[in-house]
Amino acid sequence: MQYDLVVIGGGPAGLAAAIEAKENGIDKILLIERDRELGGILQQCIHNGFGLHIFKQQLTGPEYAERFINILKEKNIEYITNTMVLDITDKKEVYILNEKLGYKKINAKAVILAMGCRERTRGAISIPGFRPSGIFTAGTAQRFLNIEGYMVGKKVVILGSGDIGLIMARRLTLEGAKVIAVVEIMPYSTGLTRNIVQCLKDFNIPLLFEHTVIDIKGKSRVEGVVVAKVDENKNPIKGTEIYYECDTLLLSVGLIPENELSKKAGVIIDKRTSGPFVTESMETNIEGIFACGNVVHVHDLVDYVTLEAKRAGKAAAKYIKGTLRRDGVKIITINGKGIRYVVPQIININNSKEVTLFFRVDNIYKDCKLEVRLNEKVIKSIKKDKVTPGEMETINIDFSKLDIKQDDKLFVEVKE
Amino acid sequence: MEKINLICIECPMGCNLEVIKHKDIEVKGNKCKRGKDYALKEIENPKRVLTTTVILKNSYLKRLPVRSEGEIPKSLLFECIDYLNKIEVEAPVKMGQVIVENILNTGINIIASRSAEKLP
Ligand SMILES: Cc1cc2nc3c(=O)[nH]c(=O)nc-3n(C[C@H](O)[C@H](O)[C@H](O)COP(=O)(O)OP(=O)(O)OC[C@H]3O[C@@H](n4cnc5c(N)ncnc54)[C@H](O)[C@@H]3O)c2cc1C
Ligand code: SF4
Repeated sequence: MQYDLVVIGGGPAGLAAAIEAKENGIDKILLIERDRELGGILQQCIHNGFGLHIFKQQLTGPEYAERFINILKEKNIEYITNTMVLDITDKKEVYILNEKLGYKKINAKAVILAMGCRERTRGAISIPGFRPSGIFTAGTAQRFLNIEGYMVGKKVVILGSGDIGLIMARRLTLEGAKVIAVVEIMPYSTGLTRNIVQCLKDFNIPLLFEHTVIDIKGKSRVEGVVVAKVDENKNPIKGTEIYYECDTLLLSVGLIPENELSKKAGVIIDKRTSGPFVTESMETNIEGIFACGNVVHVHDLVDYVTLEAKRAGKAAAKYIKGTLRRDGVKIITINGKGIRYVVPQIININNSKEVTLFFRVDNIYKDCKLEVRLNEKVIKSIKKDKVTPGEMETINIDFSKLDIKQDDKLFVEVKE
Repeated sequence: MEKINLICIECPMGCNLEVIKHKDIEVKGNKCKRGKDYALKEIENPKRVLTTTVILKNSYLKRLPVRSEGEIPKSLLFECIDYLNKIEVEAPVKMGQVIVENILNTGINIIASRSAEKLP
């Protein structure tokens, strides 16, 4: 099988990328999804709050997904579900497996990686104790409840205050469970402020900062957890232990881009994002392999996923038509003081004179400035009342009036 | 004079609002107009959009996600959920289709958040 473009993953990133490529003149496109339907993680995110930037409305996850799925179908873009991509090579050979076709090789001129991310599991954060039933990642519990219709438990403690944990605290409460507490090891939440208000404060659910779960009681089923306060080095402080009786522990301890496939193709992963190094065109180090969405870096707002995916779809179309520029000066972006990472990592201004930088800060800063420097010269400075690691920041840079030389460096920094 | 601190939840900015009650009500800290509307509503009669699921029959999905078309008084959220947990819907369903009209006399409809095809 031969296609111009193969898109891997049918979440919002894959959908928008495929649609954009089609709008830019690419006809032979195949989108591949391992689940039984398109939409990705959005299908289980039944709460509202999606699409504020793009549709100026608060849509639910499934509504946001369906709008794009409908466009995909109207544009007659070919897609297959229940199909797992097992392998990709740097020659853009894509190996797939499904019930109907079996094991098949697809040749593509360009590939867009849009596999999303997965949740960190308990092993990744190592809590002592047995492994009783009743421990779920927040996203798994969300899927059980919202898609399968199973309640995971009646008395719940949630570890981690990421958005999924917060959303699940509200969801389980509304469905009649008692959420005893949300426990967060950091002194701040990684979730959106609005979710702390509408998911916890609305229901008087306590949020314990600088606390963690140090032990899980129960052999066949969770019977309770021991929570303790932590010191600056995140070590539990003796004497602060509290025992909570509960039958369920939800883990909302972060997401990691899903890049096992990318690595097989030789795509180089940036340790700061756990996703591929990408250019202004969302191209990885392998020519013709692009990436977008949560596979590149974890997004909290789907709108930005869509924007990034459009960039990738458009660039892949240019690549296939041979108009993606490789000549010209390239600059690198650098995460300066207070910044955890910046995407894209490399910018070739021949491909776009205006670039949106996506980045995250490494701590909470109040009354600060977000500054962008080209080498020594400050080219943009934005005042902020508050920035937090839980909320991705964006800055648009217009390069058309700047004097750029090869290997110039673009620094993003927090100025207190 | 009474002061109330609120956090606006209308968008991810999450502005810190200060509501000051003199003869009339003054709102500070909102970065846009929606913040003021939110604050006024929040001290008068707090309302929320409700999202949940109902039982779905004749589909490979077991639950259909639904939402309130407008906002529902916060005090009625649990009652609405109890009501919706008894509702069964049969596929096919179209996104936006009304699942419950005027739930608990709030004047608000509950609509489907997605389409669901019927089993072949
Ligand atoms: C639980 C949760 C709650 C959220 N809440 C909000 C919110 O309130 N508002 C908001 O704006 N944003 C929210 N987000 C963020 C937003 O939904 C995500 O950032 C967005 O869905 C990411 O899109 P994606 O396409 O990159 O990934 P995904 O949606 O994860 O899609 C990736 C797809 O790739 C498929 N796939 C992976 N590997 C393979 C393979 N090998 N072969 C074939 N297919 C594969 C997967 O099955 C999946 O369908 C939330 C995210 C999560 C996880
Ligand atoms: S006041 Fe406006 S900008 Fe601030 S959170 Fe509310 S809606 Fe958003």
